[in-house]
Amino acid sequence: MKQTEFLNVVLPFKDKLYRLAKRLLVSREEAEDATQEILLKLWSKSESMEEYRNVEAFAMTMTKNFCLDRLKSKQAGNLKLVHSNYSDENTSLQKQLEAKDSLSWMERIMEDLPEQQKMILQLRDVEQYEFDEICELLDMKPTAVRVALSRARKTVREELIKKHNYGIG
Amino acid sequence: MELGNIEKILEKYFEATASVDEERTLRAYFSQDEVAPHLEQYKPMFNYFSMAKEEKYTKQVPLKPRVNYYKWLSVAAAVVLAFGIYFGNQYQEKKRLEEQKAEYAYQETKKALELLAENFSRGTEKVAYLNEFEQAKQKIYNNN
Repeated sequence: MKQTEFLNVVLPFKDKLYRLAKRLLVSREEAEDATQEILLKLWSKSESMEEYRNVEAFAMTMTKNFCLDRLKSKQAGNLKLVHSNYSDENTSLQKQLEAKDSLSWMERIMEDLPEQQKMILQLRDVEQYEFDEICELLDMKPTAVRVALSRARKTVREELIKKHNYGIG
Repeated sequence: MELGNIEKILEKYFEATASVDEERTLRAYFSQDEVAPHLEQYKPMFNYFSMAKEEKYTKQVPLKPRVNYYKWLSVAAAVVLAFGIYFGNQYQEKKRLEEQKAEYAYQETKKALELLAENFSRGTEKVAYLNEFEQAKQKIYNNN
């Protein structure tokens, strides 16, 4: 497989790999390193890539496993909290600040979720994968995915309501 | 989209039974500026998800064409080998010719020297007669 061909296959979903890595590893640098690692691994396997039914799913699973290994290893001990710059919207300063604030709340709430729920939320609510795709990626049963997803969403809601009430009170 | 419908989908959403399309409707609803006050609290959630999807991996991917490297290495080795055989043969050939020439020169020189030696020895045979004179002369001198 030629380099350009490889890039054509990989480029459409490289951002998804990066976002999943960032969801799990939090720090941007860590996530970038992980993504690069995964892409290089894919490239070294590019000869046999045609055999894989779904390269994207394969790459996502690789990313998931890589990041979980990474979290388990000692190297992940120095994870940093890095918040990305949120896009600038044309709202008033007050609203902007509020929006920024609530978005960073969300970020923090997401960070506190267990890894599995983080991944499911990322795959479903951010990347909009179908349930069967998530089952395949995470090697889980459909009911387990639904339960975990529901639990994750409810946790996020509760945390948000808590913050919301603090804001009022 | 009327409010009742949104609330229904929202309920399904938290039970994780909503479809991808329904969830898209929710995201679209919450991305507007005006949201029903009692649903305001969910706004950050959906906005966050939409925003999280915008993030891009901007680093360049350093792909090294490792495969080609080994291919060219073998080609280079083959070329070196071919040159080696070609020039090696030429060298051997040259050496053999030189040896032949040297052998020929040696034989010729030997022949010439043999001829010389033969003529010299013929000369000494003739000179041997002179010795007779010498002996005779000695006899005469001794008698005196």
